[in-house]
Amino acid sequence: MEKFTTLTAIAVPLEGANIDTNQLCPSRFSKTPRGPEYARILLHDARFNPDGSTKGHVLDREPYRGARILVADRNFGCGSSREGAVYGLCEFGIRCVIAPSFGEIFLNNCYKNGLLPVVLPAEACAQIRRQIAERPGAELAVDLPAQVVTDALGRAHRFEINPVRKRCLLEGLDDIARTESYGAEIAAFETRDRAARPWLWFYL
Amino acid sequence: MGEALTLFEKIWRSHIVLEEQGEALVRVDLALIHEGSAHAFRVLDAAGRGVARPRQVYAFADHYVPSSGRARGVAGIPDAGFREMVLGLERNSARFGIQLFGYEDERQGILHVVPPELGMTQPGLIIVGQDSHSCTHGALGAWALGAGASEMTHVLATQTAWLRKPKTMRVTVEGGLPPGVTAKDLILALIAKIGAGGADGYVVEYAGPAIAAMTVEARMTVCNMSVEAGARSGLIAPDEKTFAYLEGKPYAPRGAAWREALAHWRTLRSDGAARFDREERIEAGELAPMVTWGTSPEHAAPICGVVPDPGSAPDPVKREEMAAALDYMGLAPGTPLAGIRVDRVFIGSCTNGRIEDLRAAAEVARRGRAVVPSWVVPGSMSVKRQAEREGLAEVFLKAGFEWRDPGCSMCSSYNGDEMRPGERSASTTNRNFRGRQGPGARTHLVSPAMAAAAALTGRLTDVREFMR
Repeated sequence: MEKFTTLTAIAVPLEGANIDTNQLCPSRFSKTPRGPEYARILLHDARFNPDGSTKGHVLDREPYRGARILVADRNFGCGSSREGAVYGLCEFGIRCVIAPSFGEIFLNNCYKNGLLPVVLPAEACAQIRRQIAERPGAELAVDLPAQVVTDALGRAHRFEINPVRKRCLLEGLDDIARTESYGAEIAAFETRDRAARPWLWFYL
Repeated sequence: MGEALTLFEKIWRSHIVLEEQGEALVRVDLALIHEGSAHAFRVLDAAGRGVARPRQVYAFADHYVPSSGRARGVAGIPDAGFREMVLGLERNSARFGIQLFGYEDERQGILHVVPPELGMTQPGLIIVGQDSHSCTHGALGAWALGAGASEMTHVLATQTAWLRKPKTMRVTVEGGLPPGVTAKDLILALIAKIGAGGADGYVVEYAGPAIAAMTVEARMTVCNMSVEAGARSGLIAPDEKTFAYLEGKPYAPRGAAWREALAHWRTLRSDGAARFDREERIEAGELAPMVTWGTSPEHAAPICGVVPDPGSAPDPVKREEMAAALDYMGLAPGTPLAGIRVDRVFIGSCTNGRIEDLRAAAEVARRGRAVVPSWVVPGSMSVKRQAEREGLAEVFLKAGFEWRDPGCSMCSSYNGDEMRPGERSASTTNRNFRGRQGPGARTHLVSPAMAAAAALTGRLTDVREFMR
């Protein structure tokens, strides 16, 4: 997993509450193996006409095409668990999404792919979206070790993150390797559980 | 006297391997996968890892299977891309010794319909499915949650998951549901009340007389849409109905083991003094059949209402969001919901594809004839056979409905079952998202009986008119 420490980059504003993972990655593209095609799959139906021509969506306008930070509204990534929604953001080049709230499964999918989800208050998100809409190409600075986003006007916004998630992002850690270091604890748990719930068919 | 715990806390505590800085390593009892789990297997292969506990993993061909023409089996799936997804699941299941309920299996069906039917979904289990509607299984007192490909890779490789403990919310449903008002209407009313992100970060326990009065299948409909309120999981304490539902099912314990399991299951309820982080209350008696008017499940209103006016929204952001939803839906504010023309009807999905759903739809369908293309897609082969035995299939066919084969079909449109741009459906599914039933498709979520009523009139219709 790619590490995340600090990032200063162009940010793109995305308006609208409840942008679901069906919009982020329409079902018909979900079987695509992960790869560069996902850059175009991201928000496909909002960005492209049926003939493939562009609709002029904000993601396809200069200078936002080079954005690495996306600022959205509440309940971003709600709905389906499809990880294609995160693949699309990553392949487009986005490394950090800032929103007032996220769909919970999407949030976990972000962490597992080295994409930093930042929760800031709705008012702060709205202000930042306004700033970067009024100043296209304005950069935000994201400092994960300090847990601070600096907006286009130089204001600092502190954010919270679980310490384990933070460490995994900072070090690019793979959860599976971490879990396997607890093999003995897992085996002991299983032994206890077999004794406690002997009726479960998979223990027979 | 011990500490007062909620049902969720009891399940959570009994599955913790260890805790580390706000996260717990939790033992997963069952993992449920489908064709879309191809991503997870690719990650597993890339990491050179295997499946830790294949006996605790079950695979279901449901998302990509066609809803008609299965006589020739997998080889007969016309679209090479979909066929490859179904074959890929077969290969990965065989490779790792995972039991597959495949396209040609007589028990085939949706991953949230089949495990309860077979008695795999049991009280107190932790179930992780690679699908957001895994919360369905909570109806039997399991803690069940959806996961993406990477999280599923971790479950497959270790049979555990790293999870943060959710906050707890209890939704108490007082009174009883009036005639014509179903579990689907209740959950839509709750989502409209608390919002599509209203239960973000919570596990929801549904309780109260109206939940106690529900069948196990109706409870599945309620729990199924927990995720549409933002909750990764929802659950209901198991009771005598749950136990009666499970007894004798293939994977349920038998004899002395059954009695032992039952003694444990009876402890799985929230203690009287248990505290929830949040409490919500709903009066079932005040509810009416619901229908969605917009592009989020929170955009739901009673069928007797009108399309809301964005101008009446409390703030400009909400105003814009509602206006955009109405623009997509092609609806004008103030239009009565009853009477909106639909082009198609879809009855099925993990929300409403079980036998009781088909009975409710057939009860209405037998009173007329479908005037728009109307599909019935049972949730599983078992539901399909049961409906055929009961004569429901005949009712649907006589009324001009299409009687199709089990799978997710037009709920998620992975398999190519989709509407044309601009077409409008009355659908018993769970998501009215933009493009969910095909690019540009417009979805109105309703109960099975409401969907059948819409089929007969070609319009969104108050099903209570058929009950007079």
